[in-house]
Amino acid sequence: MTKSTKKKKIVLSKSRRESNRREFIRSAVLTAGVVTLSLAGFIPVVQGTSSRLRPPGALKNLLDEQQFYSSCIKCGQCVQVCPVNAIKLSDLDEGIGIGLPYIDAREQACDFSCDGLQCVLACPTGSLTHDLDYPADTRMGFARMDKPKSCLAVHGKGFKGVARGPDYKGLLRYDEIDRWNPLPVAEHEYDIEICDLCVRQCPIEIRITQCAEKEKQRLEAKSEGKLARVAEQHGNECPPKHAIEMQVIQDRNGLMTMVPAVLDGCVGCGVCEMICPVEGDPAIVVDIDKITDWG
Amino acid sequence: MNYIIESLSQVFGNKPSRPSKEEQPEALKAIYKRKVGNLTKADIESARHEHRKTCCNKWTRRRWITIIVVNFLFLVSYKFDVQLLEGAMTASRFVGFHLADLNSALQVMLAYKHVVLNLVIGTTTVFIMWLLLGGRTFCSWVCPYHLLAEWTEMIHVWLVGKKIIKSHTFHRKTRSVFYVIFALMAILSGYTVFETISPTGILSRAIIYGPGVALIWVGILLLFETFVSRRAWCRYVCPIGVTYAVVGTISPLRVTYNAENCHHEGDCRKICEVPHVLDLTIRGRASDINLDVVSDCTRCGMCVDVCPTDSLNFKFKGLDKFL
Repeated sequence: MTKSTKKKKIVLSKSRRESNRREFIRSAVLTAGVVTLSLAGFIPVVQGTSSRLRPPGALKNLLDEQQFYSSCIKCGQCVQVCPVNAIKLSDLDEGIGIGLPYIDAREQACDFSCDGLQCVLACPTGSLTHDLDYPADTRMGFARMDKPKSCLAVHGKGFKGVARGPDYKGLLRYDEIDRWNPLPVAEHEYDIEICDLCVRQCPIEIRITQCAEKEKQRLEAKSEGKLARVAEQHGNECPPKHAIEMQVIQDRNGLMTMVPAVLDGCVGCGVCEMICPVEGDPAIVVDIDKITDWG
Repeated sequence: MNYIIESLSQVFGNKPSRPSKEEQPEALKAIYKRKVGNLTKADIESARHEHRKTCCNKWTRRRWITIIVVNFLFLVSYKFDVQLLEGAMTASRFVGFHLADLNSALQVMLAYKHVVLNLVIGTTTVFIMWLLLGGRTFCSWVCPYHLLAEWTEMIHVWLVGKKIIKSHTFHRKTRSVFYVIFALMAILSGYTVFETISPTGILSRAIIYGPGVALIWVGILLLFETFVSRRAWCRYVCPIGVTYAVVGTISPLRVTYNAENCHHEGDCRKICEVPHVLDLTIRGRASDINLDVVSDCTRCGMCVDVCPTDSLNFKFKGLDKFL
């Protein structure tokens, strides 16, 4: 190798080295940038602001949603099967929670119109656990009387008209009108002496009533010596516990008044929060950091 | 075997291997030798001219239609409640049958540390599907981000051509680094971190369930690709591409190169999303007369369209024996 070619080679490799060095720095900056941005997605999780009411069966333990976050593949198949469109997907403002399904109960609660928990069946990863069979098995949250002062029943008031105003878009199953299709809440007029919408529309309470009715029919048929043509109920298809009831309490002035009381059977579906006819914030809300089986 | 090793090597960011003179068969050397001094600019120009008469953008057209139709199918299935293609790009049901994107499923399994049966069914189906169809075929034939990136790439190339901006490159190994980082982040944190910034998932969900603020991130990426670096996300970041490129190493569907009539003018390398895979079209770089383009190739077919001498073509390995 002659001296001149050797020199030439070094000059070449110098500029080459310089461009390589620049490329390396650029690549390092790109890596750092993208990693930092993706880590920024943890902020809403750490702050706890991304916790929401989740669809039935979500793999979570109260506010610890790590399993739900990790197992969900963010495809939205649960969104697609919900007959009342209760399920929505989170956006980027929820950071790593992007694409996770949630329910805004005040806007549209899960009313178990589908009976069979379609979202659970649709979930491709079991992020909505397949261990559930019936609505009463779910543990989404737990209802709580948040603003007794605004509750109509507490003031001894009744309710007349449509629950959430004529422009409300939400749907609800009204069994006695249409067993199979949820109807707009805005088309259903109420006229009740003491407001008990949260109790009367509770899907768990409705199911308990239906079960009691069926059981009565079955017993009657049995006592008449006919073959039991009404199928026997089994498992949690019939909720084992009541979820909500109207209780009579004495107020400070010694007057008797009614108030809805949440019971152990509440699954946190949010129908009470949705139907509460109080304008603005509802009197009754669903907490996601409490569930029935929680101490 | 050589194909698999060379493919994986290039997927993970190594430079294409240069065959030594000894490795090249005599017939290939003869072809190279024949062309020295015989190929003039006029020859190449006339070949281009002839080529333009016969074809143009056949594969690009088919591909764009496919991307639009597939993504539209997702939307239609949801909006009109037909059970055709329910879900999103990350996981779906095709006429009730589970499908799961390999990379999304991998991220979920790494983060969740369980294997769900439905996900196994879905990933197996998708694995076999893309195995037959070429692996990174997913990128150029289905991924909604790819289509947008292709359009901004046109703007980018135009701007560079007008010398308004300068195109910056990154090291191709960056993508492998990202692949490891995203896998580690999923394992260690227990969250599917990559899904948060994946423009494929974001766009697919936006198309189906409506737009959201996440589209701003996609917009930033597209702007970056327009003004800073050509196809940066797909070339240097996206782990989905790596996953499918690995699948593609054993796929029979490939782009194949024949050195016989090649003018080595490089039209194919100019339009290619992953031009390193076409380095074998440079004179002296091929190790044989007939060679398959390695699996990092997205099978987009643009090189097949643009090649003035029909030296690049699609092939399904083994199929010619049956036909």
